[in-house]
Amino acid sequence: MAQLRYGAAIGQALADAMQDDPTVVIMGEDIAGAGGSFGITRGLLDKFGPERVIDTPISEAAIAGMAVGAAMSGLKPVLEIMFMDFTTLAMDAMVNQAAKARFMFGAQVSVPMVLRTPHGGGLSAGPQHSQCLEAWFAHVPGLKVVCPSGPANAYGLLRAAIADPDPVVFVEHKGLYAMRDEVPEVLAPIPLGQAAVVRSGEHVTVVAYGAAVALAMQTAEQLASESISVEVIDLQTIQPWDEAAVLASLAKTGHLVVVHEAVEAFGVGAEIAARMAELGFSYLKGPIVRVGAPFMPVPFSAELEATYRPSVSRLIAAVRKALGKE
Amino acid sequence: MPLTGTGEDGNAALLRSYEQLLVIRRCEERLQRLFAEGEVPGFIHLGVGQEAISVGVMSALGPADTLASTHRGHGHALAKGMPLDGFFAELLARDTGVCRGRGGSMHVADMSIGMLGANGIVGAGLSIATGSALAHKLRKNGQIAVSFFGDGALAEGLLHECGNMAALMKLPLLLVCEANGWSEFSPVSSQIAFDLAKWSEAYGIAYRKIDGNDVVAVAEAAAELTGLIRSGGGPALLTCTTDRWRGHFEGDAQKYRSSDEPAPRDPIVVAGEHLAAAGVATQRLTQIAARVESEIEEAIVAARAAPPARFDAALADVYTAASIGVAI
Repeated sequence: MAQLRYGAAIGQALADAMQDDPTVVIMGEDIAGAGGSFGITRGLLDKFGPERVIDTPISEAAIAGMAVGAAMSGLKPVLEIMFMDFTTLAMDAMVNQAAKARFMFGAQVSVPMVLRTPHGGGLSAGPQHSQCLEAWFAHVPGLKVVCPSGPANAYGLLRAAIADPDPVVFVEHKGLYAMRDEVPEVLAPIPLGQAAVVRSGEHVTVVAYGAAVALAMQTAEQLASESISVEVIDLQTIQPWDEAAVLASLAKTGHLVVVHEAVEAFGVGAEIAARMAELGFSYLKGPIVRVGAPFMPVPFSAELEATYRPSVSRLIAAVRKALGKE
Repeated sequence: MPLTGTGEDGNAALLRSYEQLLVIRRCEERLQRLFAEGEVPGFIHLGVGQEAISVGVMSALGPADTLASTHRGHGHALAKGMPLDGFFAELLARDTGVCRGRGGSMHVADMSIGMLGANGIVGAGLSIATGSALAHKLRKNGQIAVSFFGDGALAEGLLHECGNMAALMKLPLLLVCEANGWSEFSPVSSQIAFDLAKWSEAYGIAYRKIDGNDVVAVAEAAAELTGLIRSGGGPALLTCTTDRWRGHFEGDAQKYRSSDEPAPRDPIVVAGEHLAAAGVATQRLTQIAARVESEIEEAIVAARAAPPARFDAALADVYTAASIGVAI
């Protein structure tokens, strides 16, 4: 098995997609000469030239709108928005244009674009450079939302996102960029909309995505020593999410916990909990428990941020609560 | 291509433009009535009086050139070549509409003729056209993109972002400001502090300002600027002064307008004068008018008879079917 870093896997997926399809172009602030704020696009300018690796001015609204127009005119643009917090400036293009075009134009056109952006805390980056806003996008019909948890699915999901005919918001966790892990010898796309059972268990299901998957795996490891068998599901795609996989796991374990770094209220966990309460009520043997951030902005102080972000100890407490073992 | 000239060809181009002006005018007059009678639902924004801009600019475009439009986009759609049947069926919310009854007036679009859509968000078309121009440039297909916007949109930030981007990247983009003097319910003089000529100069964008009620003047300026753009000169901006005869939307009581506004120049009358000067008989124009009216009535009859928009089909088109993930 080969090893790859999360950031390098994303760069590799971009390079391979550009190699395979001449209509794929990437655009964003400082992505060409500088190789991106996190170095993800380093080397692509030399390989593909300035026509396909486009440095743009600091104009998020225009870049995103341009991606829509370019996607409607024969290109497959992949734009990078430097921090997910800055997607606020691109919201009209994403919500009113990209998401709606196929529907409101009577399926005359699809908008094959990808917006890549990093979310998440852990870097003391403060309230405007740390947010997890994926639930906003998942709430908009017409958008797809993907959030990889490691190098292997970062590569596979990004290849699928770029090949997808619809607009995809591809959410990376900036704390994972340096993560090194095994990847298959032959890298291939991973279909959107499919979750992965990354640890099989019997007693409780923990659903996670992105960086929270590692938390869930650590939690499962610790609880195994207490003979609590945790099944961990990596959602991979948030919209459309794999209801069938979560329901099947719930049918087996009867208990459900959802964990993410985003604010808990009105979040992805709320949707999963609601749907499973509807679809899987007869399987439930206890309350569905969510673990997320409190209802406050992400603080700058490293100590405050550590308290703010979900942790293994909070997740363990949540699993006990779900199992009625508080 | 200039609309006037000598011989049959010159007159033929101007006659085609005259017919397009009439098509747009009569369509919107019919929509006005259909809306008042409750047959057209939702919000409609009419561009009566502004037709010469659509027709004149489109005379300089080929079928594969693209455009992004505004909430007042009927003229752009029809002048680019949207079929009357699909147009009226859309406005009447039919399954046979160009957008299968999901977009309506504010979203009429026809990708087969490069009409990338009317748009409900003021200024949004600027970035869509800029992106389309980027695609044309990278694909080296010789095409250009056009962004229509009103003078109210001059207050939107995207104008700066896209002007800067297009000038920087030398994109094949024609910006067309339809300056009707109104920013929704407010006079533009109370909303906009800058002058577009100076704005264009600051960005290094070629600029012309012409009488947007004279289709010949619009066509000439559009031909000149699109020539510059196609030869690799980067973006250009054309301001067309015009008049908004109707309200911001149909049903707008327009209490903000004064009764002593000067009477606007009618683009159809102006075009008729050009034709008279070129020696075209009035009878010819009467024949065109009769044909246009009958084609419009046929389209309305067909739309009325068409099946209504379908919910199941709409739901199925939120995503491209093949890519939908697992769901219950």
